[in-house]
Amino acid sequence: MDLTPHLPALQVIVPMLSAPLVLLLRPRGLAWAGAAAVAVLSFCIAASLAFAVARGEHFGYDMGGWRAPYGIELSVDAFSALMLLIVTGAGAVSLLAGRPSVDLQIEQERQPLFYAAFLLTLAGLVGITVSADAFNIFVFMEISSLASYVIIAGGPDRRALPAVFKYLIMGTIGATFYLIGVGLVYMMTGTLNLADLEARIGGVTDINPILMAAGFITVGLALKAAVFPLHVWLPNAYAHAPHMVTVFLAACATKVAIYVLIRFDFFVFQANLPGHQLQFSLFLLPLALMGILVASAVAMFEGHLKRLLAVSSVAQIGYIMLGASFVSQAGLVAAFAHMFNHALAKGGLFLAVACLACHYRDLRLDQLAGAARTMPLTAAAFVVCGFSLIGIPGTAGFISKWLLIGAALERDSSAFVLVAIILASSLMALVYIWRVVETLYFRPAVVEAEGPGEAPLQLLLVTWAVALANIGFGLFPRFPLALSSAAAELLLGHTR
Amino acid sequence: MNPDTAIPVAICLPLAVAVGIVLAGRISDNLREAVTLVGAAALAWVVWGMLPALFAGDRPAVELSQLMPGLSIGFRVEPLGMLFAALASGLWIINSVYSIGYMRGNREKNQTRFYTCFALALAATMGIAFAANLFTLFLFYEMLTLSTYPLVSHKGDAATVRSARVYLGVLLCTSIGLFLPAIIWTYHVTGTGDFTVGGILSGHIQGADVGLLLALFVFGVGKAAVMPVHRWLPAAMVAPTPVSALLHAVAVVKAGVFTITKIIVYVFGVDFLFSEPSSGWLVYAAAFTIIAASLVALRQQNLKRLLAYSTVAQLSYVVMAAAVLKPLAEVGAAIHMVAHAFGKITLFFAAGAIYTAAKKTELSQLRGIGRRMPWTMGAFTVGALSMIGVPPTGGFVSKWYILAGAFQADNLLAIFTIIASTALNAAYFLPIIYMAWFAREESGSGDHGEAPPLVVLALTATALLTLGFFFFNGPVIELETQLVREAMR
Repeated sequence: MDLTPHLPALQVIVPMLSAPLVLLLRPRGLAWAGAAAVAVLSFCIAASLAFAVARGEHFGYDMGGWRAPYGIELSVDAFSALMLLIVTGAGAVSLLAGRPSVDLQIEQERQPLFYAAFLLTLAGLVGITVSADAFNIFVFMEISSLASYVIIAGGPDRRALPAVFKYLIMGTIGATFYLIGVGLVYMMTGTLNLADLEARIGGVTDINPILMAAGFITVGLALKAAVFPLHVWLPNAYAHAPHMVTVFLAACATKVAIYVLIRFDFFVFQANLPGHQLQFSLFLLPLALMGILVASAVAMFEGHLKRLLAVSSVAQIGYIMLGASFVSQAGLVAAFAHMFNHALAKGGLFLAVACLACHYRDLRLDQLAGAARTMPLTAAAFVVCGFSLIGIPGTAGFISKWLLIGAALERDSSAFVLVAIILASSLMALVYIWRVVETLYFRPAVVEAEGPGEAPLQLLLVTWAVALANIGFGLFPRFPLALSSAAAELLLGHTR
Repeated sequence: MNPDTAIPVAICLPLAVAVGIVLAGRISDNLREAVTLVGAAALAWVVWGMLPALFAGDRPAVELSQLMPGLSIGFRVEPLGMLFAALASGLWIINSVYSIGYMRGNREKNQTRFYTCFALALAATMGIAFAANLFTLFLFYEMLTLSTYPLVSHKGDAATVRSARVYLGVLLCTSIGLFLPAIIWTYHVTGTGDFTVGGILSGHIQGADVGLLLALFVFGVGKAAVMPVHRWLPAAMVAPTPVSALLHAVAVVKAGVFTITKIIVYVFGVDFLFSEPSSGWLVYAAAFTIIAASLVALRQQNLKRLLAYSTVAQLSYVVMAAAVLKPLAEVGAAIHMVAHAFGKITLFFAAGAIYTAAKKTELSQLRGIGRRMPWTMGAFTVGALSMIGVPPTGGFVSKWYILAGAFQADNLLAIFTIIASTALNAAYFLPIIYMAWFAREESGSGDHGEAPPLVVLALTATALLTLGFFFFNGPVIELETQLVREAMR
């Protein structure tokens, strides 16, 4: 039997149905093995989808055989294939590497619960990505959010509880806004399928509810995506979550919200609302720029390693939004390439943090002084991924910076200001990454490392695999770029 | 070896050597040093093996990866890059001999890291020398900065780390803040960044933009140390002397002026730049750097810092020669890279030898040291004379060409600057030479003899090269005249 046409459905079903099964795997280590196997399988499905899409195929799938727009439709195009790669890749990497770290942070009998919730988060994020239906996106969004509240709060750090409560409130507001927007659109058009919405919205005579809907949806999703200034929930949620959860969520969670934001806007609103392109651009551009500058500046003075990296994520989200706000081929390619490259860089950095955390309980910078002497390989991996975050040539991060600056130069107005801001924030990234590097390498040790030498091999190997991927995709970026430019063409095809 | 395959070999060989050094360092120190020496010799053999093809007019090229349309990692060997690579790889052998003597003589720590980073820096240097386009050059330029950072901060104490931060900060900030935008601007207006004979910018950009772009390039390439982005060079003097010798007198700083010369010749195009009045400021900036740095050097009390400021001045000779925009001056720029390399590496070697043998670093301590260390101070004298430009040393040859180029362009400012700086060079070098040979030694300055034999061997060799370059410079000039003829065609 050829499974290929069913891959979009399997992509969601495999992690979702395995989650309760993992719950049953009580014996020591089995839950991890099961979850990791499922995550790797999901990644394989995503990879085969991505290769097929790169060859020019497009997957549409009617759930239960009900034709769209009546049934629920799943679809995988270049944009969603790229996103699937990021989400499942992050899931697979964090689960493969995660066992030693999770063993340290979560007691044995709660681990099956933790892994089950982890898989549900993965299933939810994947589901958002493949859904071609506005309400279905909301359902999966709730699944992923609820599960992610659980795993963020699942660690030993009590500070995670207030952080996750804040996240819950903000996340719920965001999701509610989105739902209000979808409700308004449904009221005016009578459909929830994105393609169908695009076709029908043009026929709506009373445009005001649609404008309201666009506002609600954009703000709601921007909240979910931690677009500045709606990012306040993010730093603490990331900083106090168990390390493996941070690796996973930092690499993909906010990007999925950005994905929905961009997809909804381009598929449904751009072609149908007069002047919407300009509104979209004018709304997001200043927010993106402020996010880039403010968050980079805050990161320079942050004293806690995980918070520092989390705040830097807000700035990096700014880059993605900046590229998207150009509404041009080059800008969108830059945004999508940066989604991919930032996932690699930030995932690698948080993996290195997880390695450090095996021997250092307290992740404040001054406590980590001299860690490179006891953990040289971990520190070196941190340096490589840090270079990628800064955008040193030869790493993945450089590719997206290059594309973004190229896209900024295409704009007639304010090109030089944009380039100056991008470069200035790269220099700020240099400062905050270098602060960490200097602390790790040159400051005399304050705290003796607990236990001898390096992090566990499993964790270290995966960390280095990601670090090398940062270099690999910096020198040979053809595949992600091909997907990104196909995605950008697809989206621009829906504007007018 | 086929020249086309020699290019990737020349870049990968030092990387392999670096890996070999790490592995061998776990077994024994002697084995590690053997790997360095054999690796350096092999690299020189590979690089120098390309010379016949270059003389025959070949331009070997290879493309490694195309990142996106118009942006690729590729290599192409041309006379200027060939000269730079041959120089760096040849001097790496001598420098390795010297390093072994110096590092053992001073019982330095972390020697494996030292030799590893050195090999990485050489790989980056080869990449810069052979780069076929701006992007590739930038890639290896950053790699050179990053791989030399551990060398500069080698000592690891607070003051060293602070200086190393200046080093890294200035080089990275200028390259990301100025050089990168210049590169992107170039790609944006021309659609390419390939180094092309006659330049690529002509017809794409004009007026004040030319001067602005040139400024972004010149100050972005912080390694060329045109004031005010020269601060990293004195800061880098906290490094062990072999690093100052090979990297901060040859590889790193020459990478800077090499990049600027290459950009002027192959990106702007000499004729195009000459026809644009807005590019005229560069001669003034370089002239100012030469005079100002020489004046600062005059006031230095520390030998290595004096040499650092002398380097800043000498680098701007190359920049000024390139900026004169006349064929003879471009040849002079290329030759001065060689002549200054021989002379300055000798001076640094001598400074390191004095430190190793006598632990002396200040000028005032050098009274009468010539009688205790005749070989070292003999070599120092040769190097200093070359800096001033006295025959029979290499420095005379390049000054001759630069002056000839300045006369060709009727550039009075350049002519005046060269004369004035010659006087200044004499003013800060001759007192040292006099003091070392003829002044009476202060009592209680310690009993010591010559530096370790390996150190003396290395500095004698480079002193002989400095002298030899005066007599046997034919092939270099022939090779670099190709550069000019190519552009004329």
